[in-house]
Amino acid sequence: MEDFVYFFSFQDPNVAMVVAGITLLSISAAMVGTFTFLDKKALLGDAISHAVLPGVCLAFMFAGSKNPYWIVLGAFITGAVSTYAIEWISRSTKLKEDTVIAAVLSVFFGIGILLFTQLQQTGDAALSGLDHFLFGNAISIVYEDLMVYGILALLVIVCLLVFYKEFKLIIFNPGYAQSVGLPVKRLKLLFNTLLVMAVVTGIQAIGVVLMAALLITPPAAARFWSDRLKIILLLAVIFAVLSGIAGAYISFAVPHMPTGPWVVMAISFIAFASFFFAGKKGILSKWYNQRNYQQKIHRDHLLKSLYQVRERNAAPLGKADILELFPGKEKETKRFISKLKKEGQIEEKSNHLLLTPTGLVEAKRVVRLHRLWELYLAQYLNLAPDHVHDMAEKMEHLLTPELEAKLDASLDYPTQDPHHSKIPRDHDL
Amino acid sequence: MTFDPNAFLIILTGTLIAISCGLLGSFLILRNMAMIGDAISHAVLPGIVLAFFFSGQREGIAIIIGAGLLGILATIIIDYLSTKVKLQNDASIGVTFTWLFAIGIILITVFAGQIDLDQDCVLYGEIAYIPLDLIVTENNTILGPRVLWIAVINVILVLLYVGFMYKELKLTSFDKQFAQTIGFSTGFINLSLMGMVSYTTVSSFEAVGAILVLALLVVPPATAYILTKKLKPMLLLTILIGFLTSLVGYYLAYFIDGSIAGAMASVSGLFLLAAILYVTIQKRSIGKGIIMPAELKR
Repeated sequence: MEDFVYFFSFQDPNVAMVVAGITLLSISAAMVGTFTFLDKKALLGDAISHAVLPGVCLAFMFAGSKNPYWIVLGAFITGAVSTYAIEWISRSTKLKEDTVIAAVLSVFFGIGILLFTQLQQTGDAALSGLDHFLFGNAISIVYEDLMVYGILALLVIVCLLVFYKEFKLIIFNPGYAQSVGLPVKRLKLLFNTLLVMAVVTGIQAIGVVLMAALLITPPAAARFWSDRLKIILLLAVIFAVLSGIAGAYISFAVPHMPTGPWVVMAISFIAFASFFFAGKKGILSKWYNQRNYQQKIHRDHLLKSLYQVRERNAAPLGKADILELFPGKEKETKRFISKLKKEGQIEEKSNHLLLTPTGLVEAKRVVRLHRLWELYLAQYLNLAPDHVHDMAEKMEHLLTPELEAKLDASLDYPTQDPHHSKIPRDHDL
Repeated sequence: MTFDPNAFLIILTGTLIAISCGLLGSFLILRNMAMIGDAISHAVLPGIVLAFFFSGQREGIAIIIGAGLLGILATIIIDYLSTKVKLQNDASIGVTFTWLFAIGIILITVFAGQIDLDQDCVLYGEIAYIPLDLIVTENNTILGPRVLWIAVINVILVLLYVGFMYKELKLTSFDKQFAQTIGFSTGFINLSLMGMVSYTTVSSFEAVGAILVLALLVVPPATAYILTKKLKPMLLLTILIGFLTSLVGYYLAYFIDGSIAGAMASVSGLFLLAAILYVTIQKRSIGKGIIMPAELKR
């Protein structure tokens, strides 16, 4: 708890600096990531983040110590080479893009590991810092690092905001972008540069192995809350910053704990919560809507069957007869009978279930929609009368009063469906 | 050059691992599932760590089961996210494996000191120590390096699997609809392949680590795929490239004093590069060889 207060009061300038750094890099990663995610290239970010490792190691070899300028330069170069390699191999061979991404990712990472272990063998004391580039260590950020990574992240953010409209167009409609005269190729090059830069800014705090998560997961979570790019961007940024700070705090509070994995844990938690509980697209609300719809279908069918008995002047149905009509759904049917009774749509008289006047109106509506749709299919689509029932069976639950009015008008207020059954109206008996 | 038994053992183990990975990887890339291989190789980590922690031993069936379960779980989560949750496929893969891998790394850090596993081992394995880690029976007979035996068992099982399922794998890889129509259970074949990939990843884990296994899964088959058009030559070529990767990789690592697994991945990349250049140059010379009829030129 003391740690918690100490960390979040930012009284320690080092803590404030770490938080500032991780906030900036989370923002830039989430923003770039949102565009790559929507462009369906999420895994490219994974490849680049693995591919910066050889660059980091080479920078160590040249500079002989942990120097942020060299590291950023080295990481940037191998990251850029890897994106170019992916593009070149996909273009010049018959290999599929995901195979190419996997191959480039693993080969670059292999080269990185080869250099990394070679550096370890030489046993340089300054190498203790090199380890941090694998899984990240936000706490090891010093002022000089913040200047380099922070300014780079800021640059990425500003570039994305300046070219927001262009990037949006290229992702959603590249053909149109080309036709209105945008320099698509150059903009794509710029975007790839920003992507590599965003990865590079994250390597010290998050690490090369898990940097991809900060690009992929925030937009994946944000996508479930909105269909609008601006809101998705904003949410992705918020999610990324929250998890970035959470990861930094944990590696501050627990000694020797790498930052990267905890950032990933936090962002994954937000993502899974979004997948399940998000407003319209979450699993839970989808499941709820589906259940509601199925219940409505069942209720409509129940009312319809009662109406049809009445229409044929057959003997009224008892509870047992109705249960028989819907085999395998006895439990739901019973529940609906009591529910409809409570709503005053049906009543039970001497063991027979009958529609009340309100129930009759509702039942008529369902039957009317069914028959109107059958007639519509027969007249406008020239379907044979024996082909229209199944489709109408679905549409009867979906037609709104507005559509009903239109349908009625275009069919000229018909009285009979294609099977010569009467189309029931409210004022009929 | 004199015969170095240690080098021989390491190259042999590396070759066996490269063959197991390459054979399964061939089918992965034919099914456009290379990144699923990436996901599985990351995702087995928590399974390995937990099984290691609870069984208390490095070898043994517990780790293989633990990791195998995690590998299959990862494919199920990815499938669930992309079909039920309707998250786009690449993001489903990315979200799932980074999450599972992060859990694995956290577990390793938490259990540090209690288990003999560290982050380095996860990243690039310890193939160089193979000759030191021997199986010794009760009456002191030395049966050879433990990791070599694991690799031998793995390669035998992979060969049996590919041998028995060859027709099924081939058909479901090239024409899934047709395979389904004639009554193959594509779901089961897919899951069995994922299971084999998980098992091979774990079995190779000690030697090459969780991430570099991907290089052996994807790169030699991709190289072979560029060079040939038929499945059988592709598999044979994959085996040959696997052997060469192990051989050259060992000497490269020896020469610059680095990780052998890293060197193998680098060398496999070189072979891929050579194959791409070869094909590109060949294409160009074929292009030049065509003599355009005069009337078409105009």
